[in-house]
Amino acid sequence: MTRDVFIPRNLEALWDLLDEDPESRVFAGGTDLFVRLRRDQAVHPSLIGLERIEELQALEEDGPDVFIGACVTHARISASPLVKKHFSVLEQAVRVLGSPPIRNMGTLGGNLVTASPAGDTIPPLTVLGAEVEVRSRGASRRLPIREFIRGPGRSVLEQKEILSGIRLRKDNVHTVHHFEKVGQRNALAIAVVSLAAVLRLSESGVVERARLAWGSVGPTVITSREVERIIEGRPLSRQVLEEAAMQAQKEVSPIDDLRASADYRRRVAGNLLLRLWTRLKTLDES
Amino acid sequence: MNIRFVLNGKPLTVETPPDRRVIDLLREDLGLAGTKECCGSGECGACTILVDGDSRLSCLMTAAQLEGRRILTIEGAEEDPRLRTIQEAFVEWGAVQCGYCMPGMVLASAALLSRTPNPSREQIREGLSGNLCRCTGYQKIVDAVEQAAALLFRGHQ
Repeated sequence: MTRDVFIPRNLEALWDLLDEDPESRVFAGGTDLFVRLRRDQAVHPSLIGLERIEELQALEEDGPDVFIGACVTHARISASPLVKKHFSVLEQAVRVLGSPPIRNMGTLGGNLVTASPAGDTIPPLTVLGAEVEVRSRGASRRLPIREFIRGPGRSVLEQKEILSGIRLRKDNVHTVHHFEKVGQRNALAIAVVSLAAVLRLSESGVVERARLAWGSVGPTVITSREVERIIEGRPLSRQVLEEAAMQAQKEVSPIDDLRASADYRRRVAGNLLLRLWTRLKTLDES
Repeated sequence: MNIRFVLNGKPLTVETPPDRRVIDLLREDLGLAGTKECCGSGECGACTILVDGDSRLSCLMTAAQLEGRRILTIEGAEEDPRLRTIQEAFVEWGAVQCGYCMPGMVLASAALLSRTPNPSREQIREGLSGNLCRCTGYQKIVDAVEQAAALLFRGHQ
Protein backbone atom coordinates (compact mmCIF):
# COMPACT_ATOMS: atom_id res chain seq x y z
CA MET A 1 0.00 0.00 0.00
CA THR A 2 1.22 3.44 -0.89
CA ARG A 3 1.31 6.27 1.59
CA ASP A 4 0.80 9.83 0.56
CA VAL A 5 3.77 12.06 1.34
CA PHE A 6 3.09 15.78 1.38
CA ILE A 7 5.82 18.42 1.53
CA PRO A 8 3.98 21.70 2.22
CA ARG A 9 5.85 24.94 1.50
CA ASN A 10 4.33 27.05 4.25
CA LEU A 11 2.34 26.80 7.49
CA GLU A 12 -0.97 27.63 5.79
CA ALA A 13 -0.60 24.63 3.51
CA LEU A 14 0.34 22.50 6.52
CA TRP A 15 -2.78 23.50 8.49
CA ASP A 16 -4.93 22.63 5.45
CA LEU A 17 -3.35 19.19 5.20
CA LEU A 18 -3.82 18.57 8.92
CA ASP A 19 -7.48 19.63 8.73
CA GLU A 20 -8.03 17.26 5.84
CA ASP A 21 -6.42 14.30 7.59
CA PRO A 22 -5.71 14.81 11.28
CA GLU A 23 -4.29 11.27 11.50
CA SER A 24 -1.33 12.15 9.24
CA ARG A 25 2.11 11.64 10.71
CA VAL A 26 4.27 14.73 10.68
CA PHE A 27 8.04 14.31 10.24
CA ALA A 28 11.08 16.59 10.09
CA GLY A 29 14.34 14.77 9.20
CA GLY A 30 12.68 11.35 9.13
CA THR A 31 15.69 9.64 10.73
CA ASP A 32 13.50 8.18 13.46
CA LEU A 33 10.09 7.89 11.82
CA PHE A 34 11.25 6.04 8.71
CA VAL A 35 13.06 3.44 10.79
CA ARG A 36 9.90 2.88 12.82
CA LEU A 37 7.55 2.79 9.82
CA ARG A 38 9.68 0.14 8.20
CA ARG A 39 9.55 -1.99 11.33
CA ASP A 40 5.81 -1.48 11.68
CA GLN A 41 4.37 -1.93 8.19
CA ALA A 42 0.85 -1.96 9.58
CA VAL A 43 0.88 1.78 10.18
CA HIS A 44 -0.36 3.49 7.04
CA PRO A 45 -1.10 7.10 7.75
CA SER A 46 -0.19 9.71 5.22
CA LEU A 47 3.00 11.57 5.93
CA ILE A 48 3.70 15.30 6.04
CA GLY A 49 7.31 16.47 5.79
CA LEU A 50 8.05 19.83 7.39
CA GLU A 51 11.47 20.29 5.77
CA ARG A 52 10.51 23.05 3.33
CA ILE A 53 8.49 25.29 5.63
CA GLU A 54 10.47 28.51 5.82
CA GLU A 55 9.04 29.56 9.20
CA LEU A 56 10.52 26.44 10.82
CA GLN A 57 14.02 27.06 9.48
CA ALA A 58 14.99 30.21 11.38
CA LEU A 59 18.01 30.34 13.64
CA GLU A 60 18.16 33.93 14.80
CA GLU A 61 18.56 36.43 17.61
CA ASP A 62 15.39 37.92 18.97
CA GLY A 63 16.40 40.59 21.50
CA PRO A 64 17.72 38.78 24.56
CA ASP A 65 16.69 35.42 23.11
CA VAL A 66 17.71 33.10 20.34
CA PHE A 67 15.00 31.28 18.41
CA ILE A 68 15.81 27.96 16.79
CA GLY A 69 13.16 26.71 14.37
CA ALA A 70 12.03 23.11 14.78
CA CYS A 71 13.43 22.07 11.39
CA VAL A 72 16.93 23.44 11.91
CA THR A 73 19.26 20.47 11.46
CA HIS A 74 21.87 19.41 14.00
CA ALA A 75 24.55 20.24 11.41
CA ARG A 76 23.32 23.83 11.23
CA ILE A 77 23.19 24.14 15.00
CA SER A 78 26.68 22.82 15.39
CA ALA A 79 27.99 25.26 12.74
CA SER A 80 26.21 28.29 14.21
CA PRO A 81 28.46 30.95 15.80
CA LEU A 82 25.44 32.16 17.77
CA VAL A 83 24.96 28.75 19.37
CA LYS A 84 28.67 28.33 20.03
CA LYS A 85 28.85 31.71 21.72
CA HIS A 86 25.80 31.47 23.98
CA PHE A 87 24.92 27.78 24.28
CA SER A 88 28.15 25.83 24.15
CA VAL A 89 26.57 22.95 26.09
CA LEU A 90 24.08 22.45 23.23
CA GLU A 91 26.79 22.72 20.58
CA GLN A 92 28.86 20.07 22.39
CA ALA A 93 25.85 17.74 22.40
CA VAL A 94 24.88 18.07 18.73
CA ARG A 95 28.51 17.66 17.69
CA VAL A 96 28.42 14.05 18.91
CA LEU A 97 24.83 13.31 17.93
CA GLY A 98 24.45 10.45 15.44
CA SER A 99 26.80 10.80 12.48
CA PRO A 100 27.43 13.41 9.77
CA PRO A 101 24.52 12.29 7.53
CA ILE A 102 22.22 11.96 10.53
CA ARG A 103 23.19 15.49 11.59
CA ASN A 104 22.45 16.72 8.05
CA MET A 105 18.97 15.19 8.20
CA GLY A 106 17.88 15.16 11.84
CA THR A 107 16.46 18.31 13.42
CA LEU A 108 16.21 19.85 16.86
CA GLY A 109 12.41 19.69 16.76
CA GLY A 110 12.51 16.06 15.70
CA ASN A 111 14.81 15.17 18.57
CA LEU A 112 12.38 16.74 21.06
CA VAL A 113 9.15 15.32 19.64
CA THR A 114 10.71 11.85 19.40
CA ALA A 115 11.27 12.32 23.15
CA SER A 116 13.65 9.40 23.49
CA PRO A 117 15.04 9.05 27.04
CA ALA A 118 18.41 9.11 25.22
CA GLY A 119 17.67 12.22 23.12
CA ASP A 120 20.98 14.09 23.06
CA THR A 121 19.59 17.62 22.91
CA ILE A 122 17.18 17.27 25.82
CA PRO A 123 19.64 17.50 28.76
CA PRO A 124 21.38 20.63 27.38
CA LEU A 125 18.08 22.35 26.59
CA THR A 126 16.88 21.49 30.08
CA VAL A 127 19.85 23.06 31.88
CA LEU A 128 19.55 26.11 29.62
CA GLY A 129 15.89 26.50 30.62
CA ALA A 130 14.63 26.31 27.02
CA GLU A 131 11.06 27.18 26.17
CA VAL A 132 9.23 25.26 23.51
CA GLU A 133 6.88 26.95 21.05
CA VAL A 134 3.85 24.95 19.94
CA ARG A 135 1.68 26.11 17.06
CA SER A 136 -1.58 25.18 15.42
CA ARG A 137 -3.79 27.09 13.02
CA GLY A 138 -4.35 30.52 14.54
CA ALA A 139 -2.82 29.66 17.92
CA SER A 140 0.53 29.37 19.58
CA ARG A 141 1.60 28.54 23.11
CA ARG A 142 4.91 28.40 24.93
CA LEU A 143 5.95 26.07 27.68
CA PRO A 144 9.13 24.98 29.45
CA ILE A 145 10.80 21.96 27.91
CA ARG A 146 10.25 20.00 31.14
CA GLU A 147 6.50 20.27 30.61
CA PHE A 148 6.69 19.50 26.90
CA ILE A 149 8.06 15.97 27.25
CA ARG A 150 5.71 13.68 29.16
CA GLY A 151 7.53 10.37 28.99
CA PRO A 152 9.38 8.08 26.61
CA GLY A 153 8.15 8.96 23.12
CA ARG A 154 5.41 11.21 24.48
CA SER A 155 5.04 14.97 24.26
CA VAL A 156 2.12 17.28 25.02
CA LEU A 157 1.46 17.84 21.30
CA GLU A 158 -2.19 17.43 20.46
CA GLN A 159 -3.69 16.57 17.11
CA LYS A 160 -3.06 19.26 14.51
CA GLU A 161 -0.38 20.91 16.65
CA ILE A 162 3.30 21.06 15.79
CA LEU A 163 6.43 22.03 17.64
CA SER A 164 7.54 25.16 15.78
CA GLY A 165 10.78 25.90 17.58
CA ILE A 166 12.58 26.58 20.83
CA ARG A 167 13.48 29.81 22.50
CA LEU A 168 16.60 30.22 24.63
CA ARG A 169 17.67 33.18 26.73
CA LYS A 170 21.26 34.09 25.76
CA ASP A 171 23.32 32.67 28.55
CA ASN A 172 25.34 35.35 30.36
CA VAL A 173 24.93 33.54 33.66
CA HIS A 174 26.98 30.36 33.45
CA THR A 175 30.74 30.38 33.06
CA VAL A 176 31.12 26.65 32.45
CA HIS A 177 29.22 24.63 29.84
CA HIS A 178 29.83 20.90 29.74
CA PHE A 179 28.27 17.96 27.92
CA GLU A 180 29.45 14.40 27.90
CA LYS A 181 27.87 11.26 26.52
CA VAL A 182 28.94 7.72 27.21
CA GLY A 183 27.88 5.26 24.52
CA GLN A 184 29.08 1.93 23.22
CA ARG A 185 31.16 3.61 20.55
CA ASN A 186 31.94 7.17 19.55
CA ALA A 187 29.91 7.61 16.36
CA LEU A 188 26.24 6.72 16.00
CA ALA A 189 26.03 5.88 19.66
CA ILE A 190 22.79 5.97 21.53
CA ALA A 191 23.64 7.42 24.92
CA VAL A 192 24.06 4.91 27.74
CA VAL A 193 24.27 7.92 30.05
CA SER A 194 24.75 11.59 29.26
CA LEU A 195 25.25 14.64 31.43
CA ALA A 196 24.71 18.30 30.62
CA ALA A 197 26.07 20.75 33.19
CA VAL A 198 26.19 24.52 33.36
CA LEU A 199 27.86 26.24 36.30
CA ARG A 200 28.51 29.77 37.41
CA LEU A 201 31.85 30.03 39.16
CA SER A 202 32.87 33.15 41.09
CA GLU A 203 36.36 34.55 40.58
CA SER A 204 37.51 32.66 43.66
CA GLY A 205 36.13 29.40 42.26
CA VAL A 206 32.96 29.13 44.36
CA VAL A 207 30.01 27.59 42.53
CA GLU A 208 27.28 30.21 42.65
CA ARG A 209 24.83 28.26 40.54
CA ALA A 210 24.70 24.74 39.12
CA ARG A 211 22.22 23.17 36.74
CA LEU A 212 22.61 19.50 35.87
CA ALA A 213 20.58 17.12 33.71
CA TRP A 214 21.18 13.46 32.93
CA GLY A 215 19.93 11.58 29.89
CA SER A 216 19.22 7.84 29.50
CA VAL A 217 18.88 7.20 33.24
CA GLY A 218 15.13 7.64 33.56
CA PRO A 219 11.96 7.82 31.46
CA THR A 220 12.83 11.43 30.63
CA VAL A 221 15.67 13.71 31.59
CA ILE A 222 16.67 13.56 35.29
CA THR A 223 17.38 16.73 37.25
CA SER A 224 17.96 17.07 40.97
CA ARG A 225 18.02 20.18 43.13
CA GLU A 226 19.49 17.96 45.89
CA VAL A 227 22.60 17.27 43.85
CA GLU A 228 22.86 20.85 42.62
CA ARG A 229 22.64 22.13 46.23
CA ILE A 230 25.56 19.96 47.27
CA ILE A 231 27.69 21.75 44.71
CA GLU A 232 26.34 25.28 45.12
CA GLY A 233 27.91 27.70 47.59
CA ARG A 234 31.18 25.78 47.88
CA PRO A 235 34.48 25.99 46.04
CA LEU A 236 34.48 23.37 43.34
CA SER A 237 36.69 20.46 44.31
CA ARG A 238 37.00 16.79 43.59
CA GLN A 239 35.64 16.05 47.05
CA VAL A 240 32.51 18.15 46.49
CA LEU A 241 31.89 16.40 43.19
CA GLU A 242 32.37 13.00 44.82
CA GLU A 243 29.72 13.91 47.36
CA ALA A 244 27.40 15.07 44.58
CA ALA A 245 28.11 11.90 42.60
CA MET A 246 27.02 9.74 45.56
CA GLN A 247 23.75 11.65 45.71
CA ALA A 248 23.30 11.53 41.93
CA GLN A 249 23.43 7.73 42.03
CA LYS A 250 20.44 7.82 44.38
CA GLU A 251 18.45 10.25 42.24
CA VAL A 252 18.61 8.54 38.86
CA SER A 253 16.25 5.70 37.94
CA PRO A 254 17.90 3.75 35.14
CA ILE A 255 16.75 0.49 33.56
CA ASP A 256 18.55 -2.58 32.25
CA ASP A 257 18.44 -2.82 28.48
CA LEU A 258 20.50 -4.23 25.64
CA ARG A 259 22.98 -1.37 25.84
CA ALA A 260 23.81 -1.39 29.55
CA SER A 261 22.67 -2.55 32.97
CA ALA A 262 20.92 -0.27 35.42
CA ASP A 263 23.83 -0.66 37.87
CA TYR A 264 26.36 0.42 35.29
CA ARG A 265 24.25 3.42 34.29
CA ARG A 266 23.89 4.44 37.94
CA ARG A 267 27.62 4.33 38.48
CA VAL A 268 28.39 6.23 35.27
CA ALA A 269 25.78 8.89 36.09
CA GLY A 270 27.82 9.69 39.20
CA ASN A 271 31.19 9.35 37.52
CA LEU A 272 30.25 11.81 34.77
CA LEU A 273 30.19 14.47 37.50
CA LEU A 274 33.76 13.60 38.40
CA ARG A 275 34.70 14.05 34.76
CA LEU A 276 33.54 17.65 35.14
CA TRP A 277 36.54 18.09 37.45
CA THR A 278 38.95 16.64 34.86
CA ARG A 279 37.45 18.92 32.28
CA LEU A 280 37.87 22.06 34.42
CA LYS A 281 41.47 21.09 35.11
CA THR A 282 42.11 20.86 31.37
CA LEU A 283 40.44 24.23 30.79
CA ASP A 284 42.58 25.79 33.54
CA GLU A 285 45.76 24.50 31.99
CA SER A 286 44.95 25.73 28.50
CA MET B 1 3.27 11.30 -8.63
CA ASN B 2 5.70 13.10 -10.94
CA ILE B 3 8.91 14.20 -9.28
CA ARG B 4 11.48 16.44 -10.92
CA PHE B 5 15.05 16.61 -9.74
CA VAL B 6 18.60 16.71 -11.05
CA LEU B 7 20.39 13.37 -10.91
CA ASN B 8 24.14 13.38 -11.47
CA GLY B 9 23.91 16.63 -13.40
CA LYS B 10 20.96 15.64 -15.59
CA PRO B 11 17.41 16.97 -15.08
CA LEU B 12 14.96 14.13 -14.67
CA THR B 13 11.23 13.56 -14.16
CA VAL B 14 10.13 10.27 -12.65
CA GLU B 15 6.68 8.84 -12.09
CA THR B 16 6.79 7.09 -8.71
CA PRO B 17 4.77 6.48 -5.56
CA PRO B 18 5.62 9.41 -3.23
CA ASP B 19 6.62 7.07 -0.39
CA ARG B 20 9.07 5.07 -2.52
CA ARG B 21 12.34 4.95 -0.60
CA VAL B 22 15.01 6.88 -2.47
CA ILE B 23 17.34 3.87 -2.37
CA ASP B 24 14.69 1.71 -4.08
CA LEU B 25 13.97 4.41 -6.64
CA LEU B 26 17.68 4.61 -7.49
CA ARG B 27 18.47 0.90 -7.52
CA GLU B 28 15.25 -0.75 -8.69
CA ASP B 29 13.54 1.87 -10.84
CA LEU B 30 16.46 3.81 -12.29
CA GLY B 31 18.92 0.92 -12.44
CA LEU B 32 21.63 2.78 -10.53
CA ALA B 33 22.86 -0.06 -8.32
CA GLY B 34 26.01 1.76 -7.17
CA THR B 35 24.21 2.99 -4.07
CA LYS B 36 24.19 0.10 -1.59
CA GLU B 37 21.77 -0.89 1.11
CA CYS B 38 23.06 -2.52 4.25
CA CYS B 39 21.31 -1.77 7.55
CA GLY B 40 18.26 0.04 6.17
CA SER B 41 18.04 2.05 9.38
CA GLY B 42 20.58 4.87 9.15
CA GLU B 43 23.44 3.26 11.03
CA CYS B 44 25.91 2.15 8.36
CA GLY B 45 26.15 4.87 5.70
CA ALA B 46 26.29 2.40 2.77
CA CYS B 47 23.37 4.19 1.08
CA THR B 48 24.90 7.70 1.41
CA ILE B 49 24.05 10.09 -1.43
CA LEU B 50 24.63 13.83 -1.71
CA VAL B 51 21.57 16.05 -1.71
CA ASP B 52 22.41 19.64 -2.63
CA GLY B 53 25.97 18.79 -1.61
CA ASP B 54 25.19 17.35 1.85
CA SER B 55 25.49 13.68 2.73
CA ARG B 56 22.15 12.02 3.38
CA LEU B 57 20.92 8.47 3.78
CA SER B 58 18.82 7.30 0.86
CA CYS B 59 17.27 4.49 2.93
CA LEU B 60 15.60 7.10 5.19
CA MET B 61 14.21 9.37 2.48
CA THR B 62 11.09 9.22 0.38
CA ALA B 63 10.91 10.10 -3.30
CA ALA B 64 8.66 13.09 -2.56
CA GLN B 65 11.55 14.75 -0.74
CA LEU B 66 13.65 14.82 -3.92
CA GLU B 67 11.51 17.41 -5.72
CA GLY B 68 13.79 20.20 -6.98
CA ARG B 69 16.96 18.82 -5.37
CA ARG B 70 20.36 18.07 -6.91
CA ILE B 71 21.32 14.47 -6.25
CA LEU B 72 24.75 12.98 -6.65
CA THR B 73 25.27 9.20 -6.53
CA ILE B 74 28.44 7.24 -7.14
CA GLU B 75 27.46 6.89 -10.81
CA GLY B 76 28.02 10.66 -11.02
CA ALA B 77 31.76 10.01 -10.72
CA GLU B 78 31.89 9.60 -14.46
CA GLU B 79 31.15 13.29 -14.91
CA ASP B 80 32.65 14.60 -11.67
CA PRO B 81 36.44 15.03 -11.54
CA ARG B 82 36.40 15.43 -7.74
CA LEU B 83 34.69 12.09 -7.22
CA ARG B 84 37.06 10.50 -9.73
CA THR B 85 40.10 11.80 -7.88
CA ILE B 86 38.77 10.39 -4.62
CA GLN B 87 37.95 7.04 -6.24
CA GLU B 88 41.40 6.78 -7.75
CA ALA B 89 43.06 7.60 -4.44
CA PHE B 90 41.02 4.79 -2.81
CA VAL B 91 42.26 2.36 -5.46
CA GLU B 92 45.84 3.54 -5.31
CA TRP B 93 46.04 3.35 -1.51
CA GLY B 94 44.47 -0.10 -1.27
CA ALA B 95 41.46 1.25 0.62
CA VAL B 96 39.04 -1.06 -1.18
CA GLN B 97 38.52 -4.53 0.23
CA CYS B 98 35.09 -6.09 -0.37
CA GLY B 99 34.00 -2.74 -1.78
CA TYR B 100 30.48 -2.68 -0.40
CA CYS B 101 30.97 0.51 1.66
CA MET B 102 32.92 2.29 -1.08
CA PRO B 103 30.16 4.30 -2.80
CA GLY B 104 29.10 5.70 0.57
CA MET B 105 32.70 6.28 1.67
CA VAL B 106 33.57 8.13 -1.54
CA LEU B 107 30.51 10.38 -1.35
CA ALA B 108 31.02 11.06 2.36
CA SER B 109 34.64 11.95 1.58
CA ALA B 110 33.50 14.34 -1.17
CA ALA B 111 31.12 16.06 1.26
CA LEU B 112 33.88 16.32 3.85
CA LEU B 113 36.44 17.72 1.40
CA SER B 114 34.06 20.34 0.06
CA ARG B 115 33.69 21.79 3.58
CA THR B 116 37.17 20.98 4.87
CA PRO B 117 39.57 20.95 1.90
CA ASN B 118 42.63 20.20 3.99
CA PRO B 119 41.48 17.97 6.85
CA SER B 120 43.56 16.43 9.62
CA ARG B 121 43.39 12.64 10.06
CA GLU B 122 41.11 13.22 13.04
CA GLN B 123 38.77 15.33 10.90
CA ILE B 124 38.74 12.63 8.24
CA ARG B 125 37.80 10.02 10.86
CA GLU B 126 35.02 12.27 12.09
CA GLY B 127 33.83 13.05 8.56
CA LEU B 128 33.54 9.33 7.79
CA SER B 129 32.20 8.33 11.20
CA GLY B 130 28.76 7.59 9.72
CA ASN B 131 30.17 5.02 7.30
CA LEU B 132 30.95 1.50 8.42
CA CYS B 133 33.51 -0.63 6.59
CA ARG B 134 32.66 -4.23 7.38
CA CYS B 135 36.20 -5.28 6.40
CA THR B 136 37.41 -2.72 8.98
CA GLY B 137 40.03 -1.28 6.63
CA TYR B 138 39.86 2.15 8.13
CA GLN B 139 43.57 3.07 8.17
CA LYS B 140 43.88 2.78 4.42
CA ILE B 141 40.62 4.62 3.90
CA VAL B 142 41.92 7.53 5.97
CA ASP B 143 45.22 7.38 4.04
CA ALA B 144 43.30 7.53 0.74
CA VAL B 145 41.22 10.52 1.77
CA GLU B 146 44.37 12.30 2.94
CA GLN B 147 45.89 11.62 -0.48
CA ALA B 148 42.76 12.75 -2.33
CA ALA B 149 42.68 15.93 -0.26
CA ALA B 150 46.30 16.67 -1.14
CA LEU B 151 45.61 16.16 -4.87
CA LEU B 152 42.42 18.23 -4.90
CA PHE B 153 43.85 20.94 -2.65
CA ARG B 154 46.93 21.25 -4.85
CA GLY B 155 44.66 21.39 -7.90
CA HIS B 156 43.04 24.49 -6.44
CA GLN B 157 46.26 26.38 -5.75
